[in-house]
Amino acid sequence: MFYHQAKKFSLIFLICSIFLTNIATAESVIEIKHQQFFPMKIVLPPGKKVKLTLKNNDAIPAEFESTDLSREIIVPGHDQVIVYVGPLDPGNYRFFNDFNRASKGTITVLTPSKRQ
Amino acid sequence: MLATAIILFREVLEASLIIAIILGASKTIPNRGKWVAAGIGIGLAGASLVALFADQISSAFSGNGQPLFNSSILLLAVSMLGWHSIWMSQHSKKMTENIQVLGNNIQKGTKPPFALMIITLIAVMREGSEAVLFLWAISTGGAQYNTMITGGILGVMAGILSGILLYKGLLRLPIRHFFSITNAFILLLTAGLAAQAAGFLNQAGIVPSLGNQIWNSSRFLSQTSIPGQLMHILIGYTARPMGIQIVFYLLTLFILFSLTHLIKIHKNKT
Repeated sequence: MFYHQAKKFSLIFLICSIFLTNIATAESVIEIKHQQFFPMKIVLPPGKKVKLTLKNNDAIPAEFESTDLSREIIVPGHDQVIVYVGPLDPGNYRFFNDFNRASKGTITVLTPSKRQ
Repeated sequence: MLATAIILFREVLEASLIIAIILGASKTIPNRGKWVAAGIGIGLAGASLVALFADQISSAFSGNGQPLFNSSILLLAVSMLGWHSIWMSQHSKKMTENIQVLGNNIQKGTKPPFALMIITLIAVMREGSEAVLFLWAISTGGAQYNTMITGGILGVMAGILSGILLYKGLLRLPIRHFFSITNAFILLLTAGLAAQAAGFLNQAGIVPSLGNQIWNSSRFLSQTSIPGQLMHILIGYTARPMGIQIVFYLLTLFILFSLTHLIKIHKNKT
Protein backbone atom coordinates (compact mmCIF):
# COMPACT_ATOMS: atom_id res chain seq x y z
CA MET A 1 0.00 0.00 0.00
CA PHE A 2 2.73 2.32 1.16
CA TYR A 3 4.80 1.38 -1.82
CA HIS A 4 2.02 2.10 -4.27
CA GLN A 5 1.47 5.52 -2.79
CA ALA A 6 5.16 6.18 -2.93
CA LYS A 7 5.28 5.10 -6.54
CA LYS A 8 2.27 7.20 -7.38
CA PHE A 9 3.73 10.15 -5.57
CA SER A 10 7.06 9.89 -7.31
CA LEU A 11 5.32 9.53 -10.65
CA ILE A 12 3.20 12.61 -10.05
CA PHE A 13 6.23 14.44 -8.79
CA LEU A 14 8.14 13.35 -11.82
CA ILE A 15 5.49 14.31 -14.32
CA CYS A 16 5.08 17.68 -12.61
CA SER A 17 8.76 18.31 -12.72
CA ILE A 18 8.89 17.39 -16.40
CA PHE A 19 5.84 19.21 -17.64
CA LEU A 20 5.53 22.16 -15.32
CA THR A 21 9.09 23.28 -14.98
CA ASN A 22 10.39 21.80 -18.21
CA ILE A 23 13.99 22.29 -17.19
CA ALA A 24 16.96 20.08 -17.92
CA THR A 25 17.17 18.63 -14.43
CA ALA A 26 14.59 16.65 -12.52
CA GLU A 27 14.56 16.17 -8.76
CA SER A 28 13.79 13.34 -6.43
CA VAL A 29 14.11 12.64 -2.72
CA ILE A 30 15.07 9.38 -1.05
CA GLU A 31 14.82 9.15 2.72
CA ILE A 32 16.46 6.69 5.07
CA LYS A 33 14.33 5.67 8.03
CA HIS A 34 14.98 2.79 10.41
CA GLN A 35 17.71 1.53 8.11
CA GLN A 36 15.42 1.37 5.08
CA PHE A 37 15.17 3.48 1.97
CA PHE A 38 11.92 5.27 1.40
CA PRO A 39 10.76 4.98 -1.28
CA MET A 40 12.55 1.76 -2.12
CA LYS A 41 11.64 2.10 -5.77
CA ILE A 42 11.71 5.36 -7.61
CA VAL A 43 11.01 6.18 -11.21
CA LEU A 44 13.10 8.74 -13.06
CA PRO A 45 12.79 10.30 -16.50
CA PRO A 46 15.12 9.14 -19.27
CA GLY A 47 17.76 11.42 -20.73
CA LYS A 48 17.70 13.91 -17.88
CA LYS A 49 20.08 14.87 -15.19
CA VAL A 50 18.43 14.16 -11.86
CA LYS A 51 19.16 15.83 -8.56
CA LEU A 52 18.69 13.22 -5.84
CA THR A 53 18.40 14.47 -2.29
CA LEU A 54 19.28 11.79 0.23
CA LYS A 55 17.92 12.42 3.67
CA ASN A 56 19.01 10.32 6.63
CA ASN A 57 16.56 10.29 9.54
CA ASP A 58 18.57 7.75 11.52
CA ALA A 59 21.39 8.48 13.95
CA ILE A 60 23.68 6.00 12.19
CA PRO A 61 25.42 7.23 9.04
CA ALA A 62 24.56 5.52 5.78
CA GLU A 63 26.54 5.17 2.58
CA PHE A 64 24.32 5.45 -0.45
CA GLU A 65 26.08 3.37 -3.06
CA SER A 66 25.25 2.19 -6.53
CA THR A 67 27.72 0.31 -8.64
CA ASP A 68 25.10 0.45 -11.42
CA LEU A 69 25.27 4.25 -11.35
CA SER A 70 28.89 4.60 -10.20
CA ARG A 71 27.84 6.65 -7.23
CA GLU A 72 28.83 6.44 -3.60
CA ILE A 73 28.25 9.04 -0.96
CA ILE A 74 28.14 9.11 2.83
CA VAL A 75 24.93 10.39 4.36
CA PRO A 76 25.78 11.38 7.95
CA GLY A 77 23.18 10.72 10.65
CA HIS A 78 20.35 13.27 10.77
CA ASP A 79 21.66 15.02 7.69
CA GLN A 80 21.12 15.17 3.96
CA VAL A 81 23.32 15.17 0.89
CA ILE A 82 22.78 15.76 -2.80
CA VAL A 83 23.88 13.49 -5.58
CA TYR A 84 23.35 13.98 -9.30
CA VAL A 85 22.63 11.05 -11.59
CA GLY A 86 22.14 10.69 -15.30
CA PRO A 87 21.14 11.50 -17.92
CA LEU A 88 20.20 7.84 -17.80
CA ASP A 89 19.10 5.30 -20.38
CA PRO A 90 15.91 3.35 -19.67
CA GLY A 91 16.48 0.42 -17.35
CA ASN A 92 16.84 -0.60 -13.72
CA TYR A 93 19.61 0.71 -11.51
CA ARG A 94 20.08 -0.81 -8.08
CA PHE A 95 21.37 1.07 -5.07
CA PHE A 96 22.12 0.01 -1.51
CA ASN A 97 23.39 1.21 1.83
CA ASP A 98 27.01 0.12 2.06
CA PHE A 99 26.75 0.36 5.85
CA ASN A 100 23.75 -1.96 5.86
CA ARG A 101 23.61 -4.07 2.75
CA ALA A 102 20.18 -5.41 3.66
CA SER A 103 18.67 -2.05 2.74
CA LYS A 104 18.39 -1.78 -1.00
CA GLY A 105 16.37 0.01 -3.62
CA THR A 106 15.94 0.41 -7.34
CA ILE A 107 15.79 3.36 -9.66
CA THR A 108 13.73 2.65 -12.75
CA VAL A 109 14.13 4.77 -15.82
CA LEU A 110 11.17 4.27 -18.11
CA THR A 111 11.28 4.27 -21.87
CA PRO A 112 9.71 7.50 -23.21
CA SER A 113 6.76 5.70 -24.86
CA LYS A 114 5.79 3.88 -21.65
CA ARG A 115 5.60 7.08 -19.69
CA GLN A 116 2.98 8.70 -21.85
CA MET B 1 27.60 -8.95 14.37
CA LEU B 2 28.54 -10.70 11.15
CA ALA B 3 26.98 -7.89 9.11
CA THR B 4 29.11 -5.30 10.88
CA ALA B 5 32.20 -7.47 10.47
CA ILE B 6 31.61 -7.58 6.72
CA ILE B 7 31.07 -3.81 6.47
CA LEU B 8 34.32 -3.05 8.25
CA PHE B 9 36.15 -5.81 6.37
CA ARG B 10 35.17 -4.17 3.08
CA GLU B 11 36.22 -0.75 4.28
CA VAL B 12 39.62 -1.90 5.49
CA LEU B 13 40.35 -4.26 2.61
CA GLU B 14 41.24 -1.62 0.01
CA ALA B 15 43.74 0.22 2.22
CA SER B 16 45.16 -3.07 3.40
CA LEU B 17 45.75 -4.45 -0.11
CA ILE B 18 47.25 -1.17 -1.37
CA ILE B 19 49.70 -1.12 1.53
CA ALA B 20 50.58 -4.77 0.92
CA ILE B 21 51.34 -4.07 -2.74
CA ILE B 22 53.53 -1.03 -2.14
CA LEU B 23 55.30 -2.69 0.78
CA GLY B 24 56.02 -5.65 -1.46
CA ALA B 25 57.06 -3.55 -4.45
CA SER B 26 59.42 -1.44 -2.39
CA LYS B 27 61.00 -4.25 -0.42
CA THR B 28 64.53 -3.12 -1.22
CA ILE B 29 64.04 0.46 -0.09
CA PRO B 30 65.63 0.87 3.33
CA ASN B 31 63.48 2.18 6.17
CA ARG B 32 60.35 1.80 4.05
CA GLY B 33 58.60 0.27 7.04
CA LYS B 34 59.01 3.49 8.99
CA TRP B 35 57.64 5.63 6.15
CA VAL B 36 54.68 3.32 5.66
CA ALA B 37 54.05 3.19 9.42
CA ALA B 38 54.14 7.00 9.52
CA GLY B 39 51.65 7.02 6.63
CA ILE B 40 49.32 4.67 8.52
CA GLY B 41 49.58 6.79 11.68
CA ILE B 42 48.93 10.11 9.95
CA GLY B 43 46.27 8.44 7.81
CA LEU B 44 44.37 7.26 10.89
CA ALA B 45 44.53 10.73 12.41
CA GLY B 46 43.35 12.16 9.08
CA ALA B 47 40.56 9.57 8.90
CA SER B 48 39.32 10.65 12.32
CA LEU B 49 39.38 14.29 11.24
CA VAL B 50 37.48 13.50 8.04
CA ALA B 51 34.92 11.51 10.05
CA LEU B 52 34.59 14.36 12.55
CA PHE B 53 33.94 16.88 9.79
CA ALA B 54 31.81 14.54 7.66
CA ASP B 55 28.83 16.89 7.89
CA GLN B 56 30.86 19.92 6.84
CA ILE B 57 32.60 18.08 4.00
CA SER B 58 29.35 16.79 2.56
CA SER B 59 27.70 20.21 2.58
CA ALA B 60 30.76 22.03 1.20
CA PHE B 61 30.80 23.17 -2.45
CA SER B 62 27.02 23.20 -2.62
CA GLY B 63 26.76 19.54 -1.68
CA ASN B 64 29.62 18.39 -3.88
CA GLY B 65 32.19 18.31 -1.09
CA GLN B 66 32.45 14.53 -0.82
CA PRO B 67 33.00 13.67 -4.48
CA LEU B 68 35.42 16.59 -4.87
CA PHE B 69 37.34 15.51 -1.79
CA ASN B 70 37.40 11.87 -2.93
CA SER B 71 38.48 12.65 -6.47
CA SER B 72 41.25 15.02 -5.32
CA ILE B 73 42.84 12.58 -2.92
CA LEU B 74 42.45 9.73 -5.41
CA LEU B 75 44.22 11.77 -8.09
CA LEU B 76 46.96 12.62 -5.60
CA ALA B 77 47.33 8.89 -4.90
CA VAL B 78 47.45 8.23 -8.65
CA SER B 79 50.29 10.74 -9.15
CA MET B 80 52.24 9.39 -6.17
CA LEU B 81 51.81 5.78 -7.34
CA GLY B 82 52.80 6.84 -10.84
CA TRP B 83 55.92 8.52 -9.57
CA HIS B 84 56.73 5.48 -7.46
CA SER B 85 56.18 3.11 -10.38
CA ILE B 86 58.37 5.11 -12.77
CA TRP B 87 61.07 5.43 -10.16
CA MET B 88 60.98 1.72 -9.36
CA SER B 89 61.20 0.71 -13.00
CA GLN B 90 64.30 2.87 -13.37
CA HIS B 91 66.00 1.42 -10.38
CA SER B 92 64.71 -2.13 -10.29
CA LYS B 93 67.60 -3.46 -12.33
CA LYS B 94 70.11 -1.89 -10.05
CA MET B 95 68.15 -3.17 -7.11
CA THR B 96 68.32 -6.78 -8.11
CA GLU B 97 72.05 -6.38 -8.74
CA ASN B 98 73.15 -4.31 -5.84
CA ILE B 99 70.84 -3.46 -3.00
CA GLN B 100 73.49 -1.70 -0.96
CA VAL B 101 74.27 0.94 -3.64
CA LEU B 102 70.60 1.69 -3.92
CA GLY B 103 70.26 2.15 -0.19
CA ASN B 104 73.01 4.74 -0.35
CA ASN B 105 71.32 6.52 -3.26
CA ILE B 106 68.12 6.88 -1.32
CA GLN B 107 69.86 8.23 1.72
CA LYS B 108 71.55 10.80 -0.52
CA GLY B 109 68.25 12.35 -1.43
CA THR B 110 66.06 10.61 -3.99
CA LYS B 111 62.62 10.66 -2.51
CA PRO B 112 60.31 7.71 -3.19
CA PRO B 113 59.91 6.92 0.54
CA PHE B 114 57.99 10.17 0.74
CA ALA B 115 55.66 8.93 -1.99
CA LEU B 116 55.28 5.67 -0.05
CA MET B 117 54.13 7.62 2.98
CA ILE B 118 51.65 9.74 1.02
CA ILE B 119 50.15 6.70 -0.74
CA THR B 120 49.70 4.88 2.58
CA LEU B 121 48.31 8.00 4.20
CA ILE B 122 45.70 8.48 1.48
CA ALA B 123 44.70 4.82 1.39
CA VAL B 124 44.19 4.74 5.15
CA MET B 125 42.52 8.13 5.35
CA ARG B 126 40.02 7.55 2.55
CA GLU B 127 38.71 4.16 3.59
CA GLY B 128 39.48 4.66 7.27
CA SER B 129 37.28 7.72 7.57
CA GLU B 130 34.23 5.67 6.61
CA ALA B 131 35.17 2.94 9.07
CA VAL B 132 35.74 5.49 11.85
CA LEU B 133 32.46 7.27 11.09
CA PHE B 134 30.56 4.02 11.25
CA LEU B 135 32.29 2.62 14.34
CA TRP B 136 31.89 5.95 16.09
CA ALA B 137 28.18 6.04 15.41
CA ILE B 138 27.61 2.51 16.71
CA SER B 139 29.85 2.98 19.75
CA THR B 140 27.97 6.08 20.88
CA GLY B 141 24.63 4.42 20.17
CA GLY B 142 24.40 2.55 23.49
CA ALA B 143 24.26 -1.08 24.54
CA GLN B 144 22.14 -2.23 21.59
CA TYR B 145 25.19 -1.91 19.38
CA ASN B 146 27.68 -3.80 21.58
CA THR B 147 27.80 -6.88 19.39
CA MET B 148 28.21 -4.64 16.35
CA ILE B 149 31.41 -3.21 17.84
CA THR B 150 32.83 -6.70 18.37
CA GLY B 151 31.90 -7.51 14.77
CA GLY B 152 33.48 -4.30 13.55
CA ILE B 153 36.77 -5.04 15.25
CA LEU B 154 36.78 -8.60 13.85
CA GLY B 155 36.14 -7.15 10.39
CA VAL B 156 39.02 -4.72 10.70
CA MET B 157 41.30 -7.58 11.76
CA ALA B 158 40.18 -9.75 8.83
CA GLY B 159 40.89 -6.85 6.43
CA ILE B 160 44.39 -6.38 7.81
CA LEU B 161 44.99 -10.15 7.64
CA SER B 162 44.12 -10.17 3.91
CA GLY B 163 46.76 -7.51 3.34
CA ILE B 164 49.35 -9.53 5.26
CA LEU B 165 48.51 -12.63 3.17
CA LEU B 166 48.91 -10.71 -0.10
CA TYR B 167 52.20 -9.27 1.14
CA LYS B 168 53.52 -12.72 2.11
CA GLY B 169 52.43 -14.00 -1.29
CA LEU B 170 54.26 -11.20 -3.09
CA LEU B 171 57.46 -11.92 -1.18
CA ARG B 172 57.38 -15.50 -2.44
CA LEU B 173 57.63 -14.37 -6.05
CA PRO B 174 60.88 -15.37 -7.75
CA ILE B 175 63.35 -12.48 -7.57
CA ARG B 176 63.93 -12.51 -11.34
CA HIS B 177 60.34 -11.55 -12.06
CA PHE B 178 59.68 -9.77 -8.80
CA PHE B 179 59.86 -6.17 -9.97
CA SER B 180 58.03 -6.68 -13.24
CA ILE B 181 55.17 -8.43 -11.43
CA THR B 182 54.89 -5.94 -8.59
CA ASN B 183 55.17 -3.07 -11.07
CA ALA B 184 52.34 -4.55 -13.11
CA PHE B 185 50.29 -4.73 -9.90
CA ILE B 186 51.01 -1.06 -9.22
CA LEU B 187 50.23 0.03 -12.79
CA LEU B 188 46.81 -1.68 -12.74
CA LEU B 189 46.08 -0.44 -9.24
CA THR B 190 46.96 3.13 -10.29
CA ALA B 191 44.81 2.97 -13.41
CA GLY B 192 41.95 1.59 -11.31
CA LEU B 193 42.21 4.45 -8.84
CA ALA B 194 42.23 6.93 -11.74
CA ALA B 195 39.01 5.36 -13.02
CA GLN B 196 37.49 5.69 -9.53
CA ALA B 197 38.54 9.35 -9.47
CA ALA B 198 36.82 9.82 -12.85
CA GLY B 199 33.64 8.41 -11.31
CA PHE B 200 33.76 10.95 -8.48
CA LEU B 201 34.61 13.81 -10.85
CA ASN B 202 31.53 12.89 -12.85
CA GLN B 203 29.50 12.67 -9.66
CA ALA B 204 30.61 16.23 -8.85
CA GLY B 205 29.58 17.32 -12.35
CA ILE B 206 33.10 18.24 -13.47
CA VAL B 207 33.58 15.74 -16.28
CA PRO B 208 30.97 14.27 -18.65
CA SER B 209 30.20 10.55 -18.38
CA LEU B 210 30.85 9.86 -22.10
CA GLY B 211 28.29 7.09 -21.92
CA ASN B 212 26.82 5.84 -18.66
CA GLN B 213 27.34 2.18 -19.28
CA ILE B 214 29.86 1.08 -21.85
CA TRP B 215 29.32 -2.54 -20.92
CA ASN B 216 27.52 -4.47 -18.21
CA SER B 217 29.31 -7.49 -16.83
CA SER B 218 27.53 -7.61 -13.47
CA ARG B 219 26.05 -10.99 -14.36
CA PHE B 220 29.48 -12.56 -14.70
CA LEU B 221 31.15 -10.76 -11.82
CA SER B 222 29.06 -8.52 -9.62
CA GLN B 223 31.04 -5.63 -8.27
CA THR B 224 29.33 -5.94 -4.91
CA SER B 225 30.49 -9.53 -4.37
CA ILE B 226 33.76 -10.10 -2.51
CA PRO B 227 35.61 -11.41 -5.62
CA GLY B 228 34.21 -8.48 -7.61
CA GLN B 229 35.40 -6.05 -4.99
CA LEU B 230 38.84 -7.67 -4.91
CA MET B 231 39.14 -7.24 -8.66
CA HIS B 232 37.85 -3.69 -8.31
CA ILE B 233 40.64 -2.83 -5.90
CA LEU B 234 43.42 -4.74 -7.63
CA ILE B 235 42.80 -4.00 -11.31
CA GLY B 236 40.02 -1.42 -11.22
CA TYR B 237 37.29 -3.81 -12.36
CA THR B 238 34.00 -2.00 -12.88
CA ALA B 239 30.87 -3.93 -13.85
CA ARG B 240 29.12 -1.00 -15.52
CA PRO B 241 31.79 1.54 -16.37
CA MET B 242 31.22 5.03 -17.68
CA GLY B 243 33.10 6.09 -20.80
CA ILE B 244 35.11 8.63 -18.86
CA GLN B 245 36.32 5.93 -16.47
CA ILE B 246 37.69 3.88 -19.35
CA VAL B 247 39.35 7.02 -20.74
CA PHE B 248 41.02 7.76 -17.39
CA TYR B 249 42.07 4.12 -17.01
CA LEU B 250 43.70 3.85 -20.43
CA LEU B 251 45.19 7.34 -20.27
CA THR B 252 46.89 6.57 -16.96
CA LEU B 253 48.37 3.35 -18.34
CA PHE B 254 49.49 5.17 -21.49
CA ILE B 255 51.13 8.05 -19.58
CA LEU B 256 52.95 5.73 -17.20
CA PHE B 257 54.18 3.48 -20.02
CA SER B 258 55.38 6.40 -22.13
CA LEU B 259 57.12 8.15 -19.26
CA THR B 260 58.92 4.95 -18.27
CA HIS B 261 60.06 4.42 -21.87
CA LEU B 262 61.03 8.04 -22.47
CA ILE B 263 63.21 7.98 -19.39
CA LYS B 264 64.84 4.74 -20.55
CA ILE B 265 65.57 6.20 -24.01
CA HIS B 266 66.93 9.34 -22.43
CA LYS B 267 69.18 7.34 -20.12
CA ASN B 268 70.56 5.24 -22.96
CA LYS B 269 71.53 8.37 -24.89
CA THR B 270 73.46 9.92 -22.04
